[in-house]
Amino acid sequence: MTRVIFNEERCKGCGLCIQFCPKSIMYLSEQRNRLGYNYAIIDDMAGCTGCAICALMCPEVIIEVVEEAAV
Amino acid sequence: MAKIKGYQRPQTLHDKPWHFCPGCHHGIVHRLCAEVVEEMGLQSQTIGVGSVGCGVFSYNYFNFDGIGPSHGRAPAVATGVKRVLPDKLVFTYQGDGDLAAIGTTEMVHSAVRGENITIIFVNNTLYGMTGGQMAPTTLMGQQTTTTPRGRTREQAGYPMKVCEMLATMDGSAYIARTAVFNPAQVLKTKKAIRKAFETQMAGLGFSLVEVLSACPTNWGMNPLEALDHVKDNMLPVYPLGEFKLKKE
Repeated sequence: MTRVIFNEERCKGCGLCIQFCPKSIMYLSEQRNRLGYNYAIIDDMAGCTGCAICALMCPEVIIEVVEEAAV
Repeated sequence: MAKIKGYQRPQTLHDKPWHFCPGCHHGIVHRLCAEVVEEMGLQSQTIGVGSVGCGVFSYNYFNFDGIGPSHGRAPAVATGVKRVLPDKLVFTYQGDGDLAAIGTTEMVHSAVRGENITIIFVNNTLYGMTGGQMAPTTLMGQQTTTTPRGRTREQAGYPMKVCEMLATMDGSAYIARTAVFNPAQVLKTKKAIRKAFETQMAGLGFSLVEVLSACPTNWGMNPLEALDHVKDNMLPVYPLGEFKLKKE
């Protein structure tokens, strides 16, 4: 299963990952991080195909996409 | 947890927060440069030359050697470094205020001499770090802090087209203009940066990649509107493509 890891504390909430996610499973949290931005989160990780387009567009380089063995 | 595919931060970037504003494309271009250096296996062979402007701290972020030159003089510094260390990968990272305004002489003459260096030119059509003043690349009619009613021909002439100009020179080997407003363009930009670095390592001559980039803060837009601004307003003035490709 694919897992997307966000470094939420460094997200500046620009929304580029959300704009280009082909599965539209990302959105901006209502919570704010320590920088004061509403950070991006993923709703439904099971819908993620691991295309890594979010990581490709993220200007902050805070997204990692990894493949995990099923437990 | 096994990391098999997907995406991981390149080793050539230090793991520290950017100073860039939300949605700034500098972060994407920094990352692409670092990824290409890593993929070419040149981390210990690379010397980056910074600039003055928003790209000024590039040597803090890249995990390879870096130099901070005076405003606009990066190609001159890179020329010296490359002539002394001809087998290293030497590239400069400059914005349009740095390269196309105060650094025009250095840029033009390093291309004329056919210096074997690469310039990564981030064009966001204004001076970002100092608060959004007009640059030579500012679009006609674009509002900046020094052209509050929009850039006019009578006052400031026309936008400067760096790629078209440098492609006419015999010393240039690879000149391309790309953008990063969607994932496909990001991949094209990465390819162009790789071609430029390969051109340099093959000793073919001067290479430059211009990346059209957004400055949401100084444009007064949100990051998504800024993507559309690049696509709708910048592309007609600055068409994308490879302007010069010297094979040997």
